[in-house]
Formats: sequence, C-alpha cells, structure tokens
Amino acid sequence: MLKEYFPILLMLVLAIGFGVTMIFLSSLAGRKTATATKTAPYECGSLPVGSARLRFDVKFYVVAILFILFDVEAVLLWPWAVLQAQQLKLTGLVEAAVFVGILLLGYLYALRKGALEWE
Amino acid sequence: MEYVVMAAKAVVVFALVSGSMPFIVWAERKVMADAQARIGPNRVGPFGILQSFADALKLIFKEDVVPTGIDKRIFYLAPILSIIPALITFAVVPYGGPDLKLFGYPVGYVADLKDVGILYVFAVTTLGVYGIVLAGWASNNKYSLMGALRSSAQMISYEILLGLSIMGVVIGSGSLSLVEIVQAQATPYFGVIPGIWLFAQPLGFLIFLIASLAEANRVPFDLPEAESELVAGFHTEYSSFKFAMFFMAEYINLLTLSGVITTLFLGGWLGPGVDRFPILGVLYFSVKTVALVYFFIWLRATLPRLRYDQLMRFAWKVMLPAALINIFITAYWVAR
Repeated sequence: MLKEYFPILLMLVLAIGFGVTMIFLSSLAGRKTATATKTAPYECGSLPVGSARLRFDVKFYVVAILFILFDVEAVLLWPWAVLQAQQLKLTGLVEAAVFVGILLLGYLYALRKGALEWE
Repeated sequence: MEYVVMAAKAVVVFALVSGSMPFIVWAERKVMADAQARIGPNRVGPFGILQSFADALKLIFKEDVVPTGIDKRIFYLAPILSIIPALITFAVVPYGGPDLKLFGYPVGYVADLKDVGILYVFAVTTLGVYGIVLAGWASNNKYSLMGALRSSAQMISYEILLGLSIMGVVIGSGSLSLVEIVQAQATPYFGVIPGIWLFAQPLGFLIFLIASLAEANRVPFDLPEAESELVAGFHTEYSSFKFAMFFMAEYINLLTLSGVITTLFLGGWLGPGVDRFPILGVLYFSVKTVALVYFFIWLRATLPRLRYDQLMRFAWKVMLPAALINIFITAYWVAR
C-alpha cells in the first residue's frame, strides 16, 4: 500500500534538491555589489514610507474562514460521491442535500452580512 | 527490480516535467508574438527555441539582491516551497494506460494512488499558496504583502471550485483514482460519441477550466501580478534564480493542470487503437495536454484582466452555486 508512495517520495527529494541547489548555485555565481539604496524595499523609486507590515482588510480573514468551511464540505462529500452511483442512490442524495442545505444556510447568512462584498 | 522501475519512472517524469518548462515559456512567447504581429524570440537556436535556456543561465549569474528588513529564512524558503508542489503533482497523472508495460511493470503513470488519487492533486496544489503568502510576508514590501494577500484569497476561493466541480466526474466514475476515472470514459455514448466526461459534465468542465486558470494565476485572473497596480505582486523583491523559481512554478502548474483536465474530462490516454498499441496512449495524452496549454496561451493573448471585486464575486456568487447545482443534478441523474 505505502509502496505506491515511494516514487512520490523520490520526486519530493528531487524537487527539494533542485530548489536548494539552484538557489545555492545562483548565490555563488551572482555578483555582489549591494548598496544601501539597492537593498531598500522597492517602492517605485521613492523612499519607503513606514513599515511594510501594514494592517490589512479583515475580509481576507473572512474568506479564509469560508474557505475552510467549504473545503471541509468538499472533503466530506468526496466519499459520498464515490459511492453515490453504486450504493447510496436516493437515500444518499437526500442525506447529502440536508448536509449541503445546512451549509447553504451559513452561506446565505454570510451573504446577508456582506462578508463577500468587495468594493 | 520493481523499485528500480518505480524510481526510473519518477526520475524520467520529473526530468520531463521540469524540462518541458523552458519550451512552454518559449511557446508562450512565440504564440503571443504571433498574436501581436511580432516575431518573438528568434536569435538563440532555431526559431529561438533555446531562448529560455539562455534566460535561465543568465538568471543564475544575476546578482542575488537581499533587501533590508526581510525575514531571511522565510525569504529563502518561499521560492522552494512554491516549486516543490508544482514539481511533484504530476506523479499521479496517468500519461499511459495500465496496459503500457516495461519488463512486466506498468509504466503508464508514476503512482496510482487508488484510494486518494485526485485528492492528492488538490492537497499538493493547495500547498503552493504557502510559498506565495510567505514570500509576500518575508519581503518587507507593501506591494509584496498586498499581492500575496490577494493571491492567496484568490487561490483558496478557486480551490473550493476545483474540488466541487469534479464531484460530478467522481460520481460518474465511482472512484478517486485517476487511472480508473480515465477507464470510466472508455465506453462511448450511444456507441459512437467518445465517452469522455466533457460531454456528460459540460458545466463541471467549464467551472474546472475557469478555476484552474485562477489557480495557475493566468490571464484573466493574473491579479497577483497586476503590473499596473502591484508592480510584480508577491515576488517584487525577488531577483536572480529565486525569481526564476516562482516563474517556473507557475508554468509547471500550468502544464500539470492541463494534464489533470485532460485526465478528468478529455479521456486522458484514450484514443483510437490504444487498446492494441498502448504506447499510442502517451501520444494522445501529450497531444491533448499540449492543446490545452496552447488554449491557455491563446486566452492570454485574447482576454483583459478582471477587477478584484469582480473576481471574488464571480467565484463566490456565481461559480459556487453553479458547482453545487451541477453536483446535485449529477447525483440525481445516477440515483434515478
């Protein structure tokens, strides 16, 4: 069973090796003429104003929460989808509809609250 | 012996996937040039085909600028984190059928994860978001931070759609294994039309196609790199080969997503005569995948960029309900 993962493990090792080697090579081969102006954060040529770690819109956080909700929904629906055609039939369909229906209520609530409005 | 064959498959596919990337970039530049009535790269090698290799060499020898105020460890980790998922996703995509054998071992795919299959693809492609978020955070640059936030919000929104839109295919195939999903497409409809899921799942296909454009940060969803507002987005501060790594990850993702679309909706390795000569399957798979890559490049030459609020509204208010409707219509269809 776990045997199937051996080539993936190998590819993972190759990928890590590739990434580390290339970054190491380029840091060896590249010229180094850094000055204070050159290494300053890029802000279209003007001097950087304030910290770069800005406070950002809470909407990104809301989207992340909604993502977790719906991704977990997708993960829970997958086993259902595999068995739907052969075994579950109408019973499975009703059960999945109830499950998704509850989630949809939450989705409608988020919509009403304006969580998905970007302006 | 079995492990030798498995290792050989892994190494060959890894080399082909990473080695095809320069040619995709070259193809994109050539096609874009054609679309805009330019010549495009034509100096390095015949038809400029070696241009990308020259660029890669040049990037290795470029100065590796390390900006002030960065989080150094994360700054170096981010490009690697972004290229690893891109390079290992192709492992589960079957480019030839189970009949394609070498010394009696199947060589039509690197790994056939029977129980997870397509889940592996989504699990690994999502990890790419880490590279982008960390790059934006570590760079100590306002453009990078904003680009990374936008990019991650976009990618996770469309990630859901990727997952939900193929539910119809999974219901129809009754399996998560990519090999079995392709095999389920072997029976023709009415005995004549190819039995590929594209015809049975047009809505699912459309949603998946659009979501994968967004997932690969391609036009019209290339907001993370909206030059006119965010300079270069999350990789503004990256130079030298660290920049090249983000660039590579993007193009390899494009190839992988084309391969996944081919497998899920276009019948993968299937085609006329493939049951007698399994080797033909590799050809069919490559032709379909390259055609999709060409389609993505063509889109880039054609479409303008969306606005960010349009993009998010489209994902959550149009595509998500459409994907759910598609799931339940399919589920009802098979339950009748």
